[in-house]
Order: sequence, then C-alpha cells, then structure tokens
Amino acid sequence: MTDTSVAPAAGAVTSTSSGGTRILGLICLVGLAIVGLYAFGVTGADVRLGESVRIMYVHVPTVTAAYCLMIANAGFSVFTLWKRSTFSDLAAHATAEVGTLMLGLTLIVGAIWGRMTWGAFWVWDARLTTTALLFLMYLGYLAVRGLPATPRTRATRSAIVGIAAACLIPVVHKSVEWWASLHQNETVLGKINPNISGNQYFTLMLAMVVFLLIGLWLSIHRFRVLWLTERLDEVGIDAAIDDRRSEYRPPVAQP
Amino acid sequence: MLRDARIVAGKDLRLEARSRVAVNQVLPFVLAVVLLFGFALDADTALLRRATSGLFWVTVLFSAVIIVQRSFAIERHDGINDALRLSGLSAGGIFLGKAASLFCQLVIIELVLGLCVIVFYDVTPSGAGLLIVTTLAATLGIAAAGSLYGPLAAGLRNRDTLLPLLLLPVLAPVLLAASRAFETALGRGVGGGWQWAAMLGIFAVVYLTLGVAVWGPLLEET
Repeated sequence: MTDTSVAPAAGAVTSTSSGGTRILGLICLVGLAIVGLYAFGVTGADVRLGESVRIMYVHVPTVTAAYCLMIANAGFSVFTLWKRSTFSDLAAHATAEVGTLMLGLTLIVGAIWGRMTWGAFWVWDARLTTTALLFLMYLGYLAVRGLPATPRTRATRSAIVGIAAACLIPVVHKSVEWWASLHQNETVLGKINPNISGNQYFTLMLAMVVFLLIGLWLSIHRFRVLWLTERLDEVGIDAAIDDRRSEYRPPVAQP
Repeated sequence: MLRDARIVAGKDLRLEARSRVAVNQVLPFVLAVVLLFGFALDADTALLRRATSGLFWVTVLFSAVIIVQRSFAIERHDGINDALRLSGLSAGGIFLGKAASLFCQLVIIELVLGLCVIVFYDVTPSGAGLLIVTTLAATLGIAAAGSLYGPLAAGLRNRDTLLPLLLLPVLAPVLLAASRAFETALGRGVGGGWQWAAMLGIFAVVYLTLGVAVWGPLLEET
C-alpha cells in the first residue's frame, strides 16, 4: 500500500500489505459492493423514514466501527501503561485515527440524514452533541500524539487521554435513553425487538460487518506505517552514527 | 495517601495565597465574563435569569481552565515535578492534593460568581440543599479532571493551547448536569435535580479513581 523506500535493499520492507491484508481488502471490496446492491437495489424505502433509510446502512455501521475501534484504543492504552509495549502504543494510535475517521463520517452522514428528516443539518440533541464531544476528545487525543516528546512519554500521555476519552462512550450510547432526544432509539440492540426486519435488517447487519472489517483493514495498514516509521527513525539514527564513525580517521603516527 | 494529599494541597494553596493570581486575575476575569454575557444578551434581565444556570457553569469552566493551566505551569517552570518525584510522596496522594487545592480555589471563585449573578442578573437563590450539593459535586469533578489533564498540557511552548481542547469536552457532562440541577433548584427545571447531582457525584468518583490510578506514570513522564 505504501512505499517506504525509493531504492529498496534486498529483503527490505517495501509495502504495508501482506497476503492476509490483500484478502481482507478484497473481502471488504466485495462486501461493500453487496451492501450497495442491497441498499439501493433490493431494499425499498422505509414506511416511516422513506428514502433516507438508506443512509442508515452507512450511519449505524460507521458509528459501530468507531465505538469498537475506540474501545480497542482504550484496551491498547491500558496495555501500554501496564506493559510499556511499543506494539500496543502504535496499535492504540492506529485504532484512534481510524476510529476518529469513522466517527467523523458518522457525524457527516448523520447531518445529511438530519437535513432530510428534521429539516436541519444540526439540532441540539443529546446524542448528536455527545457524539460531537467524543469526536473532539479524540481530536485532542491525536493532538497529544502529535506533541514533540520521546516515544515513551508520548505513549504514556496519550494512553491516559485515550482511557479517559473512552469513559464518554457509554454516555454517548445511552444518551438517547437518559435525555429527551430527537435521535432514533437503538435500532439493532433494542431491548424488546429490533426496529427493523427482513432485507433491511440483513443489509444493516452485513454493512456493520463490512465496516468493521474496513476499520480493521485500515487499522492494520496504519499500524504497519507507524511501525515502519518508528523503525525508520531508529535506522536513521544508527545510520547517522555509522556515518560519523566512518568519517573518523585515526591520527597517523609521527616518526 | 491522605497525609500526602494534605501536604501537597497545603503547598499549592500557600503558593496561590502568596502569588494572589486567583484574586488578582481570575476573579476580575469572572466579573468581566458576567458583564460580557449581559452585553451579549442585550441586558435582557428575564433572559439572563432564564440562562443563569448555564452561564454560571460556563464561566466556572473557563475559570477552571485558567486555574489548571496556571497551577501546573508554575510547577513546570520551577522544576517542582522533579522535586515531587524525589519527595517520596505517593503519586495518588499528590493527585488528590492537587485536586483538593483546585477544589478550594474553584469554590471561592464560585462563591464570588454566585454573588455577581445574584446582583447583576437579579436571581433569587432557592433550593439551597440542591445548590450546595450540586456545586460541591460538580467542583470536585472539575478539579479531578483538571488535575488529570493539567500536567499533559502545561508549560511547554506548544502545549498551552491544548488544555481547553482536552478539558472542555471532558467537562461537558458536568456543564449539562450542573446546569440542569441548578435550574431545578431555582425552580425553572422539570425536576430530577437530585439525579443530576448524583450523576455529578459519579463523574467525580470516576475521575478521582482514574487520577489516582494513572498519576504515577503521568508524573514520571511529564
């Protein structure tokens, strides 16, 4: 996916893809095509929501993927503080970036849906507002990751911010129950029955699986880019030291 | 741990008492914000009365950002972090001491702000029990979250602007719950004031626990 060197040496890593990620990417592509086919071809307009129901096939899956990635970020953050592992620190970074991307998509798609349904891109609703706050918290997390610091310091600081940010996820999820909200109640995990069924239900579930796989695929690639960047920094320092050493000429013994 | 917390809180409060930053800078800032809200809302007393709860807590949050930033910046400049690490005090105790110091400063600011609101917005206080419990729980939550995020964003050149971005979204639930509880106490809400106060208590407990748990690694790395 990403070239990391102009003239690769023998055995050097030149791409972030592998056999597994290529298959995963192919599955995501085929899955997206099937979701598109079902969303626009097989399923019809909803009795209550009309044509805007098709937006739900992106909106719900992206927010589900965002939640999963942010919970994964919190898990990796705890592990980073516990074991001081570079692997978990970079995995936390990758999942936070992709999770923030998914949450941003959720907000954009939700705003379009709101314009069609409520007549406004934004209403001061509990779910919308808490989701926007969650998005801001992860922008803050990414800002902390961008601060100049040693890898260890950066890992500690961002792990703490990641764990604290994850505390807001249950508030966002439950906000439609806790506050009087315009936002639709839980579509899939409703307490009594799901609010949808048949082809709509199948399309939504398939879209959720596909978007989770896309999140995983993007996270794996992002993780590998971060890993290679980290290695490159180390190799760069080693190379600079070697260069300096090679410049050294021992003094010629005087007769 | 509590003994350590008392020592750190005493040290921080002595620093503030001697420097008088809260009195000389933050309290005038609070007064300025109260007056600016009056201008912004066209000095409509009825509207100001209706919006009092929200305006009160927005002002508290802005003041909290300033106090947190100041509190951790002076420590960084004078290398107090290193001294604290070498002092043998428990990390959890240091965190609780910092939170206690911020709590005391914020309570003083809230008292003055409350008086300003009564005078300038013509608000008649009522529901004293709910008002006091809400104020204490919300302030504890703000102090705990501020003490957790403060060291992350204080001192260095390009980190000062980061604190509002990190802290204000975290404190948004406090703003919401405290405003709703105040509205109920002042007779303008639809009820459920004690539930909001309980939520503020939960928020404070979560952030105090989180702070005690992670302050050790944070102190090492900042």
